[in-house]
Amino acid sequence: MTADGEIGTRRSTLPEYVLRPTSGPYRSLNPATKLIIGIVEVVAAFVVGHWTGPLLVLLVIALVGWRAHVTRQLLLVGSLTLPVVGSILLINTFLLPGATDAILRVGPLAPTWSGLAFGLQVTLRLLAISLALALVYLTTPIDDLLSDLEARGLGRRLVFVVGAAVNTVPRTIERAAEILDAQRARGLDTEGRFWQRARGVLPLAAPVIFGALTEVEEQTMALEARAFSAPARRTVLRPLPDSAAQRLLRWALFLGAVAAVAGEMAGLLRLP
Amino acid sequence: MTLSLSGATYRYAGAPRDVLLGVDLSVTPGRVLGLIGPNEAGKSTLCLVASGLAPASIGGRLQGSVTVDGVETRSLKPHELAQRCGVLFQNPTTQLSGTAVTVFEELAFGPRNLGLPVDEIVGRVEWALDTLGIAALAPKDPARLSGGQAQLVALASVLALRPAYLVLDEPTSQLDPQGTRLVGDALARLAGETGTGILIVEHKTELLATMADEVAVLDAGHVVAAGPTAQVLADPELLARGVEPPAAVRLRRALDAVGLSLDPALLAEPSVGGAGTIDRPGSGGGRA
Repeated sequence: MTADGEIGTRRSTLPEYVLRPTSGPYRSLNPATKLIIGIVEVVAAFVVGHWTGPLLVLLVIALVGWRAHVTRQLLLVGSLTLPVVGSILLINTFLLPGATDAILRVGPLAPTWSGLAFGLQVTLRLLAISLALALVYLTTPIDDLLSDLEARGLGRRLVFVVGAAVNTVPRTIERAAEILDAQRARGLDTEGRFWQRARGVLPLAAPVIFGALTEVEEQTMALEARAFSAPARRTVLRPLPDSAAQRLLRWALFLGAVAAVAGEMAGLLRLP
Repeated sequence: MTLSLSGATYRYAGAPRDVLLGVDLSVTPGRVLGLIGPNEAGKSTLCLVASGLAPASIGGRLQGSVTVDGVETRSLKPHELAQRCGVLFQNPTTQLSGTAVTVFEELAFGPRNLGLPVDEIVGRVEWALDTLGIAALAPKDPARLSGGQAQLVALASVLALRPAYLVLDEPTSQLDPQGTRLVGDALARLAGETGTGILIVEHKTELLATMADEVAVLDAGHVVAAGPTAQVLADPELLARGVEPPAAVRLRRALDAVGLSLDPALLAEPSVGGAGTIDRPGSGGGRA
């Protein structure tokens, strides 16, 4: 540990594992910049044209993801959306109201070209939105994002709630696994037929939910005991990099997104 | 200058009866007061009341007086109380913020809330880590700690706020014998060398025998016995109250029962503390 600031007779500075230096141009961006990029990608995928927006966003995500070495994780996230996008594609292809341009007819089923096209557009939008948010998550530690937003004036309580909620997910999964093991040890049948598994849901869910609720009061007290409600502005432990260029970029992206929405609503954007 | 409960009677919101009944206790700087008693005696409630969290944070009705260095806890805001009286609960996992990536940042959570400069935060965190001998845990993810490690981290997180008094509700409940001894030694040194007053609820009477200056027995909300540690832990009534005396006391009784006697010095509990000193960062040692 290097020395830098004086405390009593000791000089200390933040250790390397707290500073967590980032590598690569995209990962090194300020969290707010990455968040804005993600939001603008979501907006663009949603409002710009039928194909142009989502395809453009997917292209950008693919390039950035490749440079940030998160392509594999993005593919995993993409695969997780398959059940949803698959059902959207099927429903629209076969059941789009008013569509008459049948691709073929198989008994009562008549998939249509316009249904397929619409389904693909929705699918691409959904995929682009999912991957845009995933890219922000994969390249930005949630702690960094929250610290940065708090430093920009977002309320301490809101920041904590978001951070704690995100971090609660793995803990809840672990707790559920522990309770599942405990219930199995007491003879609960959690495998086999559907109804057998369904009967096991309540003995599993109830302890998870009630246990979490019980802990809330103690957690609240523990937070109070650690001066969470102090009026002072919370110390930013490690300021995150920012620059005039990034500020300019954020404003440009924001204004561009507003212009795109306005243009689309006014019918000025005539993109395919 | 004390942490003092005077005629403290407390009832939880919506509860039909009082949990604490006219409790009189005081913790003086540099001294350790052990609190023992059977289950449901009101020990954890007493911790909440002594630390000011009850009724400030959880409601309920408090009668009598609870003061920290002469100031009524009811007149202090939670963050002001946190700097005067730290509190540690039994379950360590509920005491971690759940937002820190490393143990170092977990310890920094409290000082950051106070808006302290980064240098001072770093000093406090390092001091708390060193005091409990857990510097090696600093880079670890708090969510991946064992129960004992999490308990030590939770305690260190409280220490980082540098409270004048500590209220500890079974701080060694999840620790193995070595961890228990480590915490006992650290707390005893903390009290002796920095003047921190400590109220500790503990079922392990062996630990209290080595570190507490005084012990009080709580039963059904009443303080039924209080005095010097050796005297209270040797009380023949202790077992009947649901508290197991230390092994030395039990051995002495067993020997007495068969008409044997040993040199009392052989059965005396070893003193704790040992080598090493605690330098409180920014305070130059003891508290004024």
